Amino acid sequence: MTELDHIRNFSIVAHIDHGKSTLADRLIQMTGTVADREMKEQLLDSMDIERERGITIKANTVRIEYPAKDGETYVLNLIDTPGHVDFGYEVSRSMQAVEGSLLVVDATQGVEAQTLANVYQAIEADHEIVPVLNKIDLPAADMERVAEQIEDVIGIDATDAIQISAKTGVGIPDVLEAIVTRLPAPGGDRDAPLKVMLVDSYYDAYLGVVVLIRVVDGVIKKGDRIKMLKTGGTYSIDRLGVFRPEMTDIAELGPGEIGFFTASIKQVRDTRVGDTITHEKKGTTEALPGFKPSQPVVFCGLFPVDNAEFEDLRDAIEKLALNDASFSYEMETSAALGFGFRCGFLGLLHLEVIRDRIEREYNIELITTAPSVIYHVYMRDGTMIELHNPADMPDPSLIDHIEEPRIKATILVPDEYLGDVLKLCQDRRGIQEDLTYAGSRAMVVYDLPLNEVVFDFYDRLKSVTKGYASFDYQLTGYREDNLVKMQILVNDEPVDALSMMVHRDRAEARGRAMCEKLKDLIPRHMFKIPIQAAIGGRIIARETLAALRKDVTAKCYGGDATRKRKLLDKQKAGKKKMRQFGKVDIPQEAFISALKMDG
Amino acid sequence: MATETPAFGLYVHWPFCAAKCPYCDFNSHVWAKVDQDQWLPLYLTEIKRESERTPDHVLKTIFFGGGTPSLMQPDVVQKIIEAARGAWRTSNDLEITLEANPTSVEAAKFRSLKDAGVNRVSIGVQATNNEALKLLGRLHTIEEAWAAVDAAQLVFDRSSFDLIYARQYQTLTDWREELSLALSRAAGHLSLYQLTIEDGTAFGDRYRRGRLPGLPDEDTSADMFLLTQELCDAAGLPAYEVSNHATPGNEARHNLIYWQGGDYAGIGPGAHGRLTINGKRIATEAYLDPAGWRNAVLTHGNGESASRTLSSEDVGVEALLMGLRVRDGLPDRRVPWDQINENEHNDLILNGFLERDATGLRLSDQGRPVVNAVINRLLS
Repeated sequence: MTELDHIRNFSIVAHIDHGKSTLADRLIQMTGTVADREMKEQLLDSMDIERERGITIKANTVRIEYPAKDGETYVLNLIDTPGHVDFGYEVSRSMQAVEGSLLVVDATQGVEAQTLANVYQAIEADHEIVPVLNKIDLPAADMERVAEQIEDVIGIDATDAIQISAKTGVGIPDVLEAIVTRLPAPGGDRDAPLKVMLVDSYYDAYLGVVVLIRVVDGVIKKGDRIKMLKTGGTYSIDRLGVFRPEMTDIAELGPGEIGFFTASIKQVRDTRVGDTITHEKKGTTEALPGFKPSQPVVFCGLFPVDNAEFEDLRDAIEKLALNDASFSYEMETSAALGFGFRCGFLGLLHLEVIRDRIEREYNIELITTAPSVIYHVYMRDGTMIELHNPADMPDPSLIDHIEEPRIKATILVPDEYLGDVLKLCQDRRGIQEDLTYAGSRAMVVYDLPLNEVVFDFYDRLKSVTKGYASFDYQLTGYREDNLVKMQILVNDEPVDALSMMVHRDRAEARGRAMCEKLKDLIPRHMFKIPIQAAIGGRIIARETLAALRKDVTAKCYGGDATRKRKLLDKQKAGKKKMRQFGKVDIPQEAFISALKMDG
Repeated sequence: MATETPAFGLYVHWPFCAAKCPYCDFNSHVWAKVDQDQWLPLYLTEIKRESERTPDHVLKTIFFGGGTPSLMQPDVVQKIIEAARGAWRTSNDLEITLEANPTSVEAAKFRSLKDAGVNRVSIGVQATNNEALKLLGRLHTIEEAWAAVDAAQLVFDRSSFDLIYARQYQTLTDWREELSLALSRAAGHLSLYQLTIEDGTAFGDRYRRGRLPGLPDEDTSADMFLLTQELCDAAGLPAYEVSNHATPGNEARHNLIYWQGGDYAGIGPGAHGRLTINGKRIATEAYLDPAGWRNAVLTHGNGESASRTLSSEDVGVEALLMGLRVRDGLPDRRVPWDQINENEHNDLILNGFLERDATGLRLSDQGRPVVNAVINRLLS
């Protein structure tokens, strides 16, 4: 156990690609925590998807021992937090577990939206914040401008910002020294009843669930009987340790310390981020503040392209759910798509990560239906229904009103694209809340309906700003609006998987766009096919897909019989990737592409 | 045993061309030099081998296809014909067709090809103006082509020529003029093919890279197809198959063997065959690469790369794939009823794509332009 005044706990706040992982790697390397020959890029990101996308999904910790200039050796605990808005709650818990943050800003790029969101979390957690300007070795680095921007936009003093290059190692000793001298030591009472924060957890095939913890008060030891206050679960500590970054066993962890334990816990679901852990006997009854059960905010249906793979999909989803408590699922049946699952996610990135993992790790091709948010449907009888699947929309005559979730979106964008960004936000029913300038960049804050963002807002934003905008958001609450369920009918049959909730004023435009898109996506058939958008029984948009006029092989002689046969078999196989609605075959990609709007 | 002897033809594939056409996906090769006297014995070996397993077949047709068989020396053609006549019993009206390119050199050979035994030529005119011929990568001019057509009609009792339509930049009006001109020059038979962009051809590559502009859209090419039927009907050369038009009695009997499920022996690189032996239908394929084929024939006396017995399902599907292309359709006994989706069949008849009566199953005028879709539905 380490004395409190020899401990420093910190996190690193940075935008994607601003060098968070590289800096973490460098700190680990320079303190000799990992031998040079074992060094690999981005030590802390363990999943392939994390490494590929350069994002962090799970919190990671590492314990570094640093002999400071004052001659004392300090224990530095770094918590690498998930950087993405989808994991905002997880970020806030990680922030609560440490006392300070390094704010890393790319000196060639400046402050980005994600930096802002995370730095606000750090400020909210009362962190001491040390600004760090990275990539000073690049010719485009402009330290003065970026320091100014940090002061203007974030409002923290950047006079003593540390200038570094995580890539070359310049300035890293200054960072280590600043952690010791500028960040506060943790508090805590060794003799008080045990109070431990559950920071995060993950599933390990050999160890079961590994729980990341921060000790607030008391001492936790191997063999202790513990209890989780929220879930009520009780366990015996099998293994207690710290990450260096490999797992290293330790006899006990005292106040201010960060580490892990295993306790024969089978499912990640049994460990709730933010829960308070104490001793089963003589423990505290006082929970740490701020616990929130994790709530999915975006829902969509996942269906196997090949219906025969439903059981494989179930297996994949169950396995993934073991390691991800924030992801919910239940079986869903669609007339169009057969059997599948309605899944809830923390956000769109979370959705994409899970979908990618199913497709990649389990080799199942998926149809993803339109993402939906949770609507609050207030009925005339005074009850409220949480609607997260348009298919479950009650009879409109029984509905009093509908509320939808809103977000506060922060967008940072170079001047020249500002007009396009404002137009995009207005088109998505946004209400401007703030517009400020920091140098040649504008910071726009919008109040937006979440359902306008879940479709393809981020893609559109990237495309209208050529990738120069950064975007972040937080949920702000629910507000009533004129929302209706729009159905798509193909050849007079409703296609449930394409139903969506839309704002009444936007329904015609959306409906028309959908019908036009589907007209291009559905192949011609031997008869003409009406494609319609409808609200209730009223048609609001209509396109007609003309009948197939020509499908004939010009030349077919003796050598072609075999070839034609093969072609026929190939077409039959291709038809498996189509879904049949009445007499119409709709290709799988139509479901995905139809939902991407161009405006 | 009174098994029905199917109509039987011999297909001879000559794989060599002077130049490859950018749209062509046939098995054709450009070789600097081909010593035809060395190739002749290979064909003779193959004829002998094929005839030995089909002793009861009566040869009705021979077809020299390619490649460019009009590049063959007439004496080589003659020896192949003689060998075939010696190997099988032949019908009295043996049809012997040879595909020809319309250059002046080849037209000059027509008389000696007739002396060699050829009695029908099919000429690849392809387009009726020089710009279009250039776009198609053809080596001849339209003046040469018409001279060749004239020469052929003078020499042979039966001849045909081909055109390709739905080409780059071609309008419906262009095609009307072109086809009218062609009909005024036709001697009883025309093959009219819509340009098909095939993978693995120069056009296919260009198309994928978006470098093949001006192709007509589906509606225009459908209009062109309909116009073709209209003009040919009016001129007395109705379609007897999707792309083939003839005055009654002038149909290509060899090609009808393919479409009507007859037997054919295929010899030469990449040639396919269908043979009924002991009541079983066998599909054969020869080595595609000319050098490989030559090697196989020289060392093993057999150019075949694959041969398999078709299941009754295969036979049924092929019967439908090939048979529905013909105006008269399939006789009832050849329709693979057990594989046909009855609902689709009824629906197709109800909607006027398909006609059925006591004699068999055939496409209507409405069904012909979408024959592939009809077959897909029937077999779904």
